[in-house]
Amino acid sequence: MEKRVFFRNKWLPYLLVAPQIAVTLVFFFWPAGEAVYQSVFMPDPFGLKTRYVGLANFQFLFTDPYYRNSFATTALFSSLVTTISMSVALWLAVLADRVGKKAGRYTTLLIWPYAVAPAIAGVLWMFLFMPSIGVLARALGHFGYTWNHALNGGQAMFLVVIASAWKQISYNFLFFLAGLQSIPRSLIEAAAIDGASFTRRFWTIVFPLLSPTTFFLLVVNVVYAFFETFGVIHTITGGGPQQSTSILVYKVFSDGFVSQDLGSSAAQSVVLLLLVSGLTIIQFRFIERRVQY
Amino acid sequence: MKTPGIFGRYAFAGLLAGSLFLGAGPSSAATQIDLWHAFTGQLGTLLDEQVKTFNSSQSDYVVVATNKGNYSETLNAGIAAFRAGQHPDILQVFEVGTATMMAATGAIKPVYEVMKEAGSKFDPAGYIPSVTGYYTTSDGRMLSLPYNSSTPVLYVNRDAMTKAGLNPDMDLSTWDKVDNALTKLKAGGSKCPMTTAWQSWVHLENVSAYHNVPFATKENGFGGLDTELVFNGPIQVKHIAKMGEWAKEGKFIYGGRKNESGAQFRAGECALYSESSAGYAGVKAEAKFAFDIRPLPYWPDVAGAPQNTIIGGASLWVMAGKTPAKYKGVAAFLEFMSSPAIQAKWHQDTGYLPITMAAYELTKSQGFYKTNPGTDIAILQMTGKKPTGNSKGLRLGSFDQIRTIIDEELEGVWGGKETAQVALDKAVERGNKLLRRFEQANK
Repeated sequence: MEKRVFFRNKWLPYLLVAPQIAVTLVFFFWPAGEAVYQSVFMPDPFGLKTRYVGLANFQFLFTDPYYRNSFATTALFSSLVTTISMSVALWLAVLADRVGKKAGRYTTLLIWPYAVAPAIAGVLWMFLFMPSIGVLARALGHFGYTWNHALNGGQAMFLVVIASAWKQISYNFLFFLAGLQSIPRSLIEAAAIDGASFTRRFWTIVFPLLSPTTFFLLVVNVVYAFFETFGVIHTITGGGPQQSTSILVYKVFSDGFVSQDLGSSAAQSVVLLLLVSGLTIIQFRFIERRVQY
Repeated sequence: MKTPGIFGRYAFAGLLAGSLFLGAGPSSAATQIDLWHAFTGQLGTLLDEQVKTFNSSQSDYVVVATNKGNYSETLNAGIAAFRAGQHPDILQVFEVGTATMMAATGAIKPVYEVMKEAGSKFDPAGYIPSVTGYYTTSDGRMLSLPYNSSTPVLYVNRDAMTKAGLNPDMDLSTWDKVDNALTKLKAGGSKCPMTTAWQSWVHLENVSAYHNVPFATKENGFGGLDTELVFNGPIQVKHIAKMGEWAKEGKFIYGGRKNESGAQFRAGECALYSESSAGYAGVKAEAKFAFDIRPLPYWPDVAGAPQNTIIGGASLWVMAGKTPAKYKGVAAFLEFMSSPAIQAKWHQDTGYLPITMAAYELTKSQGFYKTNPGTDIAILQMTGKKPTGNSKGLRLGSFDQIRTIIDEELEGVWGGKETAQVALDKAVERGNKLLRRFEQANK
């Protein structure tokens, strides 16, 4: 017969998971429920009067071409941030791994940007590229390239992507390095003896064995690009020019907290909630299958 | 079921004791008046100085001024605090938040009411109408007290003009003449003939008022919530189209939505700069070149131009739900803030407009305008003519958002992606949607 642990006390297991459930309820279900509830109302900023408007908030959103565009902007932004930060981090991690034990100093230095708050990272990059007085903007000017991310949407996107990815590289680097170090040396050495080149060893042995880390980082980075890059965008472009860097979460903020349109902001939160849940389901159902644990 | 009861009773007793204890505190001392504002740096220091002067001038009230971030953040902090019942007595709100505050009838207490109830000797006629008009109802009741108000003027870098071979004293009173000057500046090798701050405020809102054409229907929103934007008229389109042309030819360099371009002007790179009169202190402190201030140019082919420009800045709103004793203190403080000496000093230190004629006369008699030429241009530009329905100011809901829309569409023009007509039509259409939403939410 199968051996199973039995709890005689009916309540004990519930009691043990209660703190976790309480935290989830208070910090997730309650606010999410509140957002869903608020999304069908149109309150005035001071909360003096609220009127029920049904789905008018959603209708208002989806008839706005800029809001629909914001989905494409978000998709472009998150895929660029995720790809750049993960690939650069992997490349750095592979290099640091090759150096071996002496890599400690590089590792420490590479981790530093992670400690920088998004808003501060944004300001740092903004200063470098400020059209009028930025060092890099001026340098580009010397080579005959006009840099003005206040007017050029492509440049603005480039800048917020770089600033956001730069910050996340450190985090990804740490996980990739740890992942690389846990790959059994014997496998790699065996391949080397068989005459496999470094590139071949990487793609046929290291990369597949690293897939759990890569998958974990993919999920984390997408969530990061969706939600945490807000500070960077706020400080560098404010969503402009012409909303070319206005990602969904930034619109939630600017409509809700700058313009005090809480109904629309709540409706956007609901849309975002559905979108991110959908993405996470896709990631776990379809991508995780290809992960080899 | 018993445990919560006992716990509840203890908690209740604790609360009671706590409130008794708290209640005892302030009654013995002076009444505290909380003021939340959006000033940092030099302006914050000057504000603190005013508060200190008030506090030491009497012993009944203590004003405590707290910075709550920038304008938007301060307004948000005030709103959030109101929802939590923890709001300050006075809140500084920028001019674009005026309609939001006005619509919140249960959240604010109009200034004229505060003054009347406190029996303060408050004479609305002593204030400069084009300044207070922005914050006054159509039937003349002042809702909030203007605190820092400015209006756009043209800053000229005289050295840059000379360098490009132009006479720095040349007439720049009309946009035609500016157009001419820009062409010569460009030919003379200037990398930045002209730049601007606050594009929507200067080149749409003020251009509309200055040429006596409406920005929105119903007296720019003063007449009701069912106002509609109409800033896509021929005069505005002509102006924006001209600026788009300048942008394309490298005569107008766009530096950003706020006053980012100020850094470039103060560094001496730009010849002309349209900015708030309150930018004076910064230019004076940093510019290593000779500069002067000119009135905002106008289009001479428009009949009746120039009318008057409108203000920007912020006003002080009194919040609802406080005790009569507090309101008495608030009235005393607002009266103090309007006094000629305080106003004159504020005007001279910052470049903001004085809000009373008395403060203007005082500044004049002190000889300030003689030693600082150009500092009276803003006020002359504001008071030259009696404001019309098109030049009193703007009262639009979701105005912050509408400005963002205008910024976005104007950026399309500067970048050469859209024509002026298309951009303004789009901005009007998008903005009107927001106005209808605001109307719906505040009915």
